[in-house]
Amino acid sequence: MFNVKEILATQDMIDKRHLDIRTITMGISLLDCCHEDVNVCAQKIYDKITRRAEKLVKTGEDIEWEFGIPIVNKRISVTPIAIVGNTCNTDSYVPLAMALDKAAKECGVNFIGGFSALVQKGATKGDWILMDSIPEALAATERVCSSVNVGSTKAGINMDAVAKMGQIIKKTAELTADNDGLGCAKLVVFANAVEDNPFMAGAFHGVGEPECVLNVGVSGPGVVHHALQKVKGQPFDVVAETIKKTAFRITRMGQMVGVEASSRLGVPFGIVDLSLAPTPAVGDSVARILEEMGLEVTGTHGTTAALALLNDAVKKGGVMASNHVGGLSGAFIPVSEDEGMIAAALSGTLTLDKLEAMTCVCSVGLDMIAVPGDTSASTISAIIADEAAIGMVNTKTTAVRIIPAPGKKVGDMVEMGGLLGSAPVMPVHPESSADFIARGGRIPAPLQSLKN
Amino acid sequence: MKAVVTVVGEDRVGIIAQVCTSLAKYNVNVLDISQTVMQGFFTMMMVVDVSAANVPVAQLAQELDEQGKQIGLSIRLQRRDIFDAMHKI
Repeated sequence: MFNVKEILATQDMIDKRHLDIRTITMGISLLDCCHEDVNVCAQKIYDKITRRAEKLVKTGEDIEWEFGIPIVNKRISVTPIAIVGNTCNTDSYVPLAMALDKAAKECGVNFIGGFSALVQKGATKGDWILMDSIPEALAATERVCSSVNVGSTKAGINMDAVAKMGQIIKKTAELTADNDGLGCAKLVVFANAVEDNPFMAGAFHGVGEPECVLNVGVSGPGVVHHALQKVKGQPFDVVAETIKKTAFRITRMGQMVGVEASSRLGVPFGIVDLSLAPTPAVGDSVARILEEMGLEVTGTHGTTAALALLNDAVKKGGVMASNHVGGLSGAFIPVSEDEGMIAAALSGTLTLDKLEAMTCVCSVGLDMIAVPGDTSASTISAIIADEAAIGMVNTKTTAVRIIPAPGKKVGDMVEMGGLLGSAPVMPVHPESSADFIARGGRIPAPLQSLKN
Repeated sequence: MKAVVTVVGEDRVGIIAQVCTSLAKYNVNVLDISQTVMQGFFTMMMVVDVSAANVPVAQLAQELDEQGKQIGLSIRLQRRDIFDAMHKI
């Protein structure tokens, strides 16, 4: 009738290995909220979000109790505000950010994503207004997350936007200097951004998405780590197989919760994002999985290969377990949100350059990295350009979420609090990239054949 | 709708009686029981039918959890679907 071993295995994963549903994120289209008057637009945005997501948190909590599985975050993503705001006769979208924040608080979600612009090939009037509004919007709100897509494989890289975002990140850090530049933890610069990502800070509801949709992000680095502890010293074939089996189980659970939640909320189920998303808690680290494979410290030689295997095996295992896979799907390597990454960075083994190499083979990119407060805007832009180039050439999503912590020097710690964790300030190259960034224009889209 | 109830705690007289009385109050039918004592720890698993329960399942799980804490036991009710999803293709 029932298998005691299976029940205990599931409960053990939840109780001791931090298995959880990381997020259920409701995507809501705001395309029908456009209005010439920015205040009317803000009101329409607030009304629509609070109407659509009214039951999101309650439904999530009910499911947590019924199935005995934690759903850590309930969140909302919306149509990129630059698109919605384009009709407004205004020079600032801060009122729209305030409306998002108010709606998020009313619904009880901890983050709302979509204060975003897609400028990979060029920027409209609304896109520029949005980018200019980001520092104030992130300083004035608590729960709003922002993202800007500056490049893609098909469009190339918009270097004007890259230059702009370096300045915007600096300004955001300055306006939130009291909190170590916390605003920057809510700001992502993407290349090849995806439209159905449920994870913050980069979530937005793409224009190709339906009116309203529910996406799920699963997690479970601790479960994978524990599974690998049982196959110590065995060949990589066994390692890959073990990760696949574990990822399959985790994803099946995500699929089940997603279908259940979407049917109760009366919205279509979108995708499961098969990501290993770490938290600062001990036993919930991606870095420790890499070390379990035989590396003394994450960041040493072999790290990129280990991460490539992990990322691929997670996807292979998860794909079969879900009807629809999407989002970012892969292993995340945010420094401040991963206990093992923090330790590796503190030891000096994990550097910015190695992290950049790691982003070639895993999901997303340079994530939650603190750099000295006196890092110039052009250096940050150059870091963004490098990361966007990796995404553009490899046809993958890459991103930069970097915190130039005001007043902090290499070796200092930056405290973000909660799931955002804490990060040691990492050194950047002191040599200037200013003339490179000052050129502006576009880097052409890359050739898709003759790959060598 | 079927659910699995897992009860863990220090072994003593009357645990099964207490848990079953509680389930009966909610009109939950017990379909199968398996129990063992490991190193002084009482571990029981039950498959129950919650279709006719007189409160919503989320509330039932929450109240059992609270009642368990009051009498020094971990009582966890989970819909069976989660175990099927994870372990069966």
